[in-house]
Amino acid sequence: MTDDPTRLTLAEARDALAARSLSSLDLTNAYLAAIETARPLNGFLKQTPELARAMAGKADQKLARGEGGPLEGIPLGIKDLYCTKGVTTTAGSRILENFVPTYESTVSSQLWRDGAVMLGKLNLDEFAMGSSNETSAFGPVVSPWRKPGSNASLVPGGSSGGSAAAVAARLCLGATATDTGGSIRQPAAFTGTVGIKPTYGRCSRYGIVAFASSLDQAGPIARNVRDAAILMTSMAGYDPKDATSVDLPVPRYEAAVGASVRGKIIGIPKEYRIAGMPAEIEALWHQGIEWLRDAGARIVDVSLPHTKYALPAYYIVAPAEASSNLARYDGVRYGLRVPGRDIGDMYGQTRAAGFGAEVRRRVMIGTYVLSAGYYDAYYVRAQKVRTLIKQDFETVYASGVDALLTPATPSAAFAIGEKENDPVSMYLNDVFTVTVNMAGLPGIAVPGGLSDDKLPLGLQLIGRPFEEETLFSLAAAIEQAAPKMELPEPWWAA
Amino acid sequence: MANTGSDRLLRGATGDWEVVVGMEIHAQVTSRSKLFSGASTEFGAEPNSHVSLVDAAMPGMLPVLNEACVAQAVRTGLGLKARINKRSSFDRKNYFYPDLPQGYQISQYKSPIVGEGEVTVDLTPTEQFRVGIERLHLEQDAGKSLHDQSPTASFVDLNRSGVALMEIVSRPDIRSADEAKAYVTKLRMILRYLGTCDGDMEKGSLRADVNVSVRRPGEPLGTRCEIKNVNSIRFIGQAVEVEARRQIAILEDGGAIDQETRLFDPSRGETRSMRSKEEAHDYRYFPDPDLLPLEFDDAFVETLAAALPELPDAKKSRFVTQYGLTPYDASVLVAERELADYFEAAVAVEPAGRDAKLVANWITGDVAAFANASGRGVADTHITPGQVAELVDLIAEGTISGKIAKDVLALVIREERNSKPREIVERRGLRQVTDTGAIEAAVDTIMATNPDKVAQAQAKPTMLGWFVGQVMKSTGGKANPQAVNDILRVKLGL
Amino acid sequence: MSVDLPTVRRIATLARIALPEQEASHLQGEINAILSFVAELDEVDVADVEPMTSVIPARMRLRPDTVTDGEIADDIVTNAPATEDHYFVVPKVIE
Ligand SMILES: [Mg+2]
Ligand SMILES: [Zn+2]
Repeated sequence: MTDDPTRLTLAEARDALAARSLSSLDLTNAYLAAIETARPLNGFLKQTPELARAMAGKADQKLARGEGGPLEGIPLGIKDLYCTKGVTTTAGSRILENFVPTYESTVSSQLWRDGAVMLGKLNLDEFAMGSSNETSAFGPVVSPWRKPGSNASLVPGGSSGGSAAAVAARLCLGATATDTGGSIRQPAAFTGTVGIKPTYGRCSRYGIVAFASSLDQAGPIARNVRDAAILMTSMAGYDPKDATSVDLPVPRYEAAVGASVRGKIIGIPKEYRIAGMPAEIEALWHQGIEWLRDAGARIVDVSLPHTKYALPAYYIVAPAEASSNLARYDGVRYGLRVPGRDIGDMYGQTRAAGFGAEVRRRVMIGTYVLSAGYYDAYYVRAQKVRTLIKQDFETVYASGVDALLTPATPSAAFAIGEKENDPVSMYLNDVFTVTVNMAGLPGIAVPGGLSDDKLPLGLQLIGRPFEEETLFSLAAAIEQAAPKMELPEPWWAA
Repeated sequence: MANTGSDRLLRGATGDWEVVVGMEIHAQVTSRSKLFSGASTEFGAEPNSHVSLVDAAMPGMLPVLNEACVAQAVRTGLGLKARINKRSSFDRKNYFYPDLPQGYQISQYKSPIVGEGEVTVDLTPTEQFRVGIERLHLEQDAGKSLHDQSPTASFVDLNRSGVALMEIVSRPDIRSADEAKAYVTKLRMILRYLGTCDGDMEKGSLRADVNVSVRRPGEPLGTRCEIKNVNSIRFIGQAVEVEARRQIAILEDGGAIDQETRLFDPSRGETRSMRSKEEAHDYRYFPDPDLLPLEFDDAFVETLAAALPELPDAKKSRFVTQYGLTPYDASVLVAERELADYFEAAVAVEPAGRDAKLVANWITGDVAAFANASGRGVADTHITPGQVAELVDLIAEGTISGKIAKDVLALVIREERNSKPREIVERRGLRQVTDTGAIEAAVDTIMATNPDKVAQAQAKPTMLGWFVGQVMKSTGGKANPQAVNDILRVKLGL
Repeated sequence: MSVDLPTVRRIATLARIALPEQEASHLQGEINAILSFVAELDEVDVADVEPMTSVIPARMRLRPDTVTDGEIADDIVTNAPATEDHYFVVPKVIE
């Protein structure tokens, strides 16, 4: 074991804690110190050191009595979209800058139930609307990755950019994240980490600030597949407080890591071979296919004919739901209030000042596509296209395919500011991930290798509904075969 | 049954007008907790006390549907002889208002839980007309804003926010103020029978949006105005009347009706435009993504149908056929379920077989008069069905006269609340004198002391009444009136 | 389809987002760029296709009718910008 406990994976730390060769307090302090040195990354919006030490102290007591839970003493970061009792929850927005929930999200409460320690709240795109973490009202997150020989700040991806960056920079053992159109998988791919978006309904949405209700899902970002599986088991489960959560038993996902994938049928959707796809992405994809074939999987070509419509349909459905979900931010019961001439003016001023440009843009689009005379042409049509997208997957799965393999993103991470003025080109980041949300399916991003610029590239596996275990097995096989992803050394601490 | 007399037309300066009324009734569902949260529905609590995080639309809060409210809506649908939709769904109606915390009302726009039905309305006990029901749907109530507490501020209380409402939409089948009142009266009666709404209009449990238009008989429908939130049956009648008069005056002046939302001001006896509601609304309805479609099976509906109470129409016709009541008496008795039950309990008291019509007369007569005077329902007084039954039996068997029975009831009301009428009669010696010897003696005495009256009576037989009165007086009202009559006729030679 | 400036202003009013005049035309451009991006959907044949209502085939679970929540007025108003006696206070609303 190394002297620096932040080098341990979650599974290793768990075992060391259980063996009492490491205390949670020492581990937690090491992370708190790492977070302090990482301020330039802007990954944490809020640090909770006192809370962390108190939780760690309790965890050590439990571990000493042999009563530790599955995550006892494990320090985690929480995406600031999850409401945390007594701890400011901003959703990355001015409008919630001073909001202190009196309640805890179900998913985070399950992590605390299992013994995890909260280090603080992680930066994100405002209301999870973004693919680069640049829409956060509290400044962008800087990726721990840089091109060799360059000082240019790169984006960590979004919207769970703080989560991905914190995990990649070893500022926490794992982090919660959310994925509406790719917000777990795209930042995981950009930062050389593992992120899984489970099947819609697998995790409770209770207490997670809503972006687009029919697409949002919670999931973890972790340093490897096993760690992600461990976190997933604690996060998943039916919640009577979320009518869309599904009452199915939660497997011990870790058991699927390392399980044989021999005989699994992997579909390669030809529609993901998009025009202008960089050669390195194409090469990565081929490499992934070879790795799975070598592991004993059978590779078949499949077709998902409506793939190219997923992104445009998403950019109708998600803003429509968001425009309604964000109506509650009106300056009456919580959050920012800007005085106005009258109540209507107060609403207008509050929301104009409280929401950033991207959120305003999406609320406007969403309002428009739902408005009288446009609803059928936009919203209803998009939901019909969504049905077709889902049917594409159903057809493929009915033919016996167990999972699909695709690239996670169309490129490696880009520079902060590079796509700022072009919303549509920013939206294209989600081109490979968004279909999964539209169909409610599980998807995992796993590192596949480095780009020509020595930046991480990820592969995506898409599974059948509620068959996350298959994804963990396949992702572990890729992880096993791929060159080990060495996380960046902490240049930011210098 | 249709009632299309010219009596329903309104006379204008230039001829007759027909009023056309349709109504949207908002009926609060009788339930312990709210439609989508576990907060209490109890009336009259401290501000914001019966409010959950869901009702206050805190970030990340989700609605979970109350199964009892679903059952109540189905039961109401069955009571309205309406189509029950085994699959329905919830939509969001988006608008901003300080007492609407989510920024949308969850309602059922596209697929309501109950479809078309019908109400038979009693205009008089023998005159009925039908009102078609277009639909019934479930939706959330809003909170309450107090506007008159301060010159500059409104105060918002969310206790009502999220309470379940049934919106019952009628067809425009109503043709007068009286019909409008009768419709609401009947609907309220049905809801109270079903126990699905307490119908308490003072507490706002039942409110009507009244759509009024006028036209020349036989012409197509005119432009309507919606009079919002009328909260008493009397006001509903007044609102229809004054709004129709207002519209007729405008039309007869050559003007046109603006389709608008108006408010009825009972103190001024007029309707006025609600300018705040006039800005063009665009509610942007779309399916609530936090809720899955609501589905249930035939068995669910059948179980509820089997447990449905007998409803007023069925009860009334049964009372007429089974007990030989007049339609008038039957409709008085069925107006309240408790009253009808009281009547049937009195009829059924052992030994059975008493004259139900007499029972009905006593209940709707003296007992009801006492109940009214004390501001209660008959069933809420201390007079028991058993006491009424015994009173009727005592008359029927000739033990007391109807007049003495009134005295006995008076004793039950005031002095002898818990006594059996038979015991009162015995104890107080009120038993009717049927002994002809005793009556003959009394007659002889009176004839002997009033020879002039005897002569008068023999000339003018209508004088008989005077003698009857004297005999009754001398026997303390206990003489059997029939026997007195018979003996007097013989002795006077009439 | 594309939006004109009055439409942009109308949407902003509906969405209750104050829109300074100088921002309206910039926003119009962005909205139209997104609308032309999503216009691709027009080529999909959606006749006889049901719009998606729930992405998972689960049946909705309902809540029993019991009072399990509320009586937390302090929590309800604790984050509010203006309150009085547990009421939320807003600028006067004219009905
Ligand atoms: Mg209405
Ligand atoms: Zn309504």
